[in-house]
Amino acid sequence: MEHTALSLIQLGAVFFTLGVLGRLAGKIGLSPIPLYLLGGLAFGEGGLIPLGDIDAFTDLASEIGVVLLLLLLGLEYSAAELFTGLRRSWMAGLLDAVLNAAPGVAVALLLGWGPIGAFVLGGITYISSSGIVAKVLGDLGRLGNRETPVVLSILVFEDLIMALYLPILTAVLGGISFLGGLEAVGISLAVITVVLVVALKYGRYVSAIVDSEDREVFLLKIFGAALLVAGLASAMQVSAAVGAFLLGIAVSGSTAINATRLLEPLRDLFAAVFFVVFGLNTDPRSIPPVLGWAVVLAVATTATKIVTGWWAARRAGIGRLGRARAGAALVARGEFSIVIAGLAVAAGAVEGELAALATAYVLLMAITGPIAARVVEPLVRLAQRGMTGLARGAEGVS
Amino acid sequence: MESVNVEVTPLPGIGVRKDFALDNGRRVGVVTHRDGKIELIVSKSDDPDACLASLPLTSDEAGALANLLGAPQLVAQLTEEHREVPGINTKQMTIKSGTPYDGRTLGDTAMRTRTGVSVVAVMRAGQVHPSPAPEFTFTAGDVLVVVGTAEGLEAAVKILHHG
Repeated sequence: MEHTALSLIQLGAVFFTLGVLGRLAGKIGLSPIPLYLLGGLAFGEGGLIPLGDIDAFTDLASEIGVVLLLLLLGLEYSAAELFTGLRRSWMAGLLDAVLNAAPGVAVALLLGWGPIGAFVLGGITYISSSGIVAKVLGDLGRLGNRETPVVLSILVFEDLIMALYLPILTAVLGGISFLGGLEAVGISLAVITVVLVVALKYGRYVSAIVDSEDREVFLLKIFGAALLVAGLASAMQVSAAVGAFLLGIAVSGSTAINATRLLEPLRDLFAAVFFVVFGLNTDPRSIPPVLGWAVVLAVATTATKIVTGWWAARRAGIGRLGRARAGAALVARGEFSIVIAGLAVAAGAVEGELAALATAYVLLMAITGPIAARVVEPLVRLAQRGMTGLARGAEGVS
Repeated sequence: MESVNVEVTPLPGIGVRKDFALDNGRRVGVVTHRDGKIELIVSKSDDPDACLASLPLTSDEAGALANLLGAPQLVAQLTEEHREVPGINTKQMTIKSGTPYDGRTLGDTAMRTRTGVSVVAVMRAGQVHPSPAPEFTFTAGDVLVVVGTAEGLEAAVKILHHG
């Protein structure tokens, strides 16, 4: 068969299968991310159906997927929201970072993956999936709850940390020395500050440049701008993803809302390719040996996220049930853990096992997260009833 | 009138929550999404942090609900003010869809000439439009606050329903 025909057939089969998987996920109330990963594992090398003719498309498409994931994340927030979020939640945010990166760092060091592996795995276990969390909060009707702003501002803080973490990661993976790493931190800090200030003061000019009445023109301009900024950022060693994120923050107001509406379908398409490509590049046979560690990490970091949420909600004066809800809401990990793992694997600076561990871990956490958010309330109520029951029993005896 | 302390809480990436505590400690309010969607929220009685209901409303539905809540209060206030004047009543009337004056102006009704009553305010989408001018165009769902004699008001209801 002709090469183009074969590529089209393979690509079509991949997208169609993803569509079916996504529908399945929606039916059982799950995030589609774990199913996309499984899809990638099934198609890839060592999987059920090896595919070989679509690399040219999928490699670039998965890069675009990362850019769009971060661009839309940036579009969600205005610079003002980031600043208030930072002021209000930096203590909870720091606790979140320390508690949740620690298990990843510890496991990586135990497995002998060195400081770079530790830096990568710490990032993977730290970052919650704001996509999954926001969707679960909406689905469960918790947007009006009093603990929800606490959860959201922790997510905002995490996303800002990502803007710092990704450039450092890019530098470290590029084999730059400690001093070079410091330089990367300096540059990215400076760039982020400048962008935030520009976004806060002159956001409407940035919006005016990309805005257009015409849908088609607007789509081309915003998509073009995103790729340009991402490419330039990448050339400056600040990481393409962060460039897109900062552009998203700078675009504000109604332009941001319209851009989100236009780009969402594109993001879904390219991000799906990104997850599949990550799955494709992971040999499913390498997962069973690391599955034990993935479970250990899953249990440990479920606990640490719950502690984080509990502590932050208690500081905001929320009751016990609300604290438990805040903690459980944060458990889900997803797209950004895979973005971090993807960068590390692409740079070839870490063991192949790390990709397998990251895949297994995200599979577990993307499924556990929404379930934890759902069952936490009945569980805590049950526990409270048990406690009062015990207390009454004890009184009866005495 | 007692003032209510409305709390405004930003929800980064989602929108804004505006709510207030009732006398009995429960919270009522709305979550306004960035794209303009509105959700009505009511807190649970046993867990004030959580919501019993979180109802998505279209802008028409939100407007209708606001009219239901706002109009009686306006009527009560006007009735109170007119208490000293015997024979003067205040009544609220709704423009139903498909009735003769849906889409026509206040001037078209010739209400003052025909019945002697006056339309002192129109509630639309939760907003009060006081002293509407003759060229004010009615639309289905508008709640009219009308002042006049009992007979005048009765006649006004008939005019609005049957032309």
